[in-house]
Amino acid sequence: MGSELPPFDPEAASSMMLAHGHAGWLGLSYRAHGEDWVELDLPWRDDLVGEPEHGILASGPIVSLMDMASGMAVWNAMGEFRAIATLDLRVDYMRPASKGAAVTGHSQCYKITKSAAFVRGFAHDGDPDDPVANMAGVFMSIPWRPR
Amino acid sequence: MSTELLPDELPAYARSLGIAVERMEDGVPVLSMPFSGTVEGRPTVLHGGATSGLLENAGFAALRVALKNIDRDARLKPIGITVQFLSAAKSKFTFAQGRITRLGRRNANIEVSAWQDDRERPVATAVMNILMARDGTG
Repeated sequence: MGSELPPFDPEAASSMMLAHGHAGWLGLSYRAHGEDWVELDLPWRDDLVGEPEHGILASGPIVSLMDMASGMAVWNAMGEFRAIATLDLRVDYMRPASKGAAVTGHSQCYKITKSAAFVRGFAHDGDPDDPVANMAGVFMSIPWRPR
Repeated sequence: MSTELLPDELPAYARSLGIAVERMEDGVPVLSMPFSGTVEGRPTVLHGGATSGLLENAGFAALRVALKNIDRDARLKPIGITVQFLSAAKSKFTFAQGRITRLGRRNANIEVSAWQDDRERPVATAVMNILMARDGTG
């Protein structure tokens, strides 16, 4: 059970969690974390572009970045790894990310109840005071089901 | 007579995920995405970010076809997307189709649904708000 495991450490966990699957393909990497927040980086790549004329990243990779940073922020705030699922996630785009710039996703888990965890955050491409997107979402604990 | 959406009109990001135009239905493209390591989250489960990518592309595709049908040219910019995850998507093909709720002069509101085996039981839905800028302008 969770209590037998060391507390969740976003930096240590990221080498495992971000190495495979969709996160690994996107090239997400750990950047920083605090008590209830986690920051990940998404490198710019031309096969992630949604609008070729202007080299603008599609919104999908940014949703993935925010989803992943949020999941890790929830575990970080819980202090342990538990099965969770994203219930909903909202991303508003203030401006397109600059061509060639890595995007940083910052997510804070600001409230945990018995069954839900609430996150909010933003994405920026260099200057946190000039974000490209704002994010809000809710996660839910899911009971482990043997199959 | 409705306009087809050509495969090369899907952005690089969509092609990277293996997204293709499966068919046209009621004049609106149905997109498909195969399961692969590229879109995997937890083992054997589709990553929510990849699901969002498919939903987003289906929303854009629906709008591009609708604009073509009325011979209107615009640069599409996402304003917002809200995704609801309804159930874990398994390691098989996922499909998605958008429905335009409102096509305005400056923005379009779109609802998108993604499903696997049964269309009536979507794995995720999204609402999108897309800004339509005339090419070259903000």
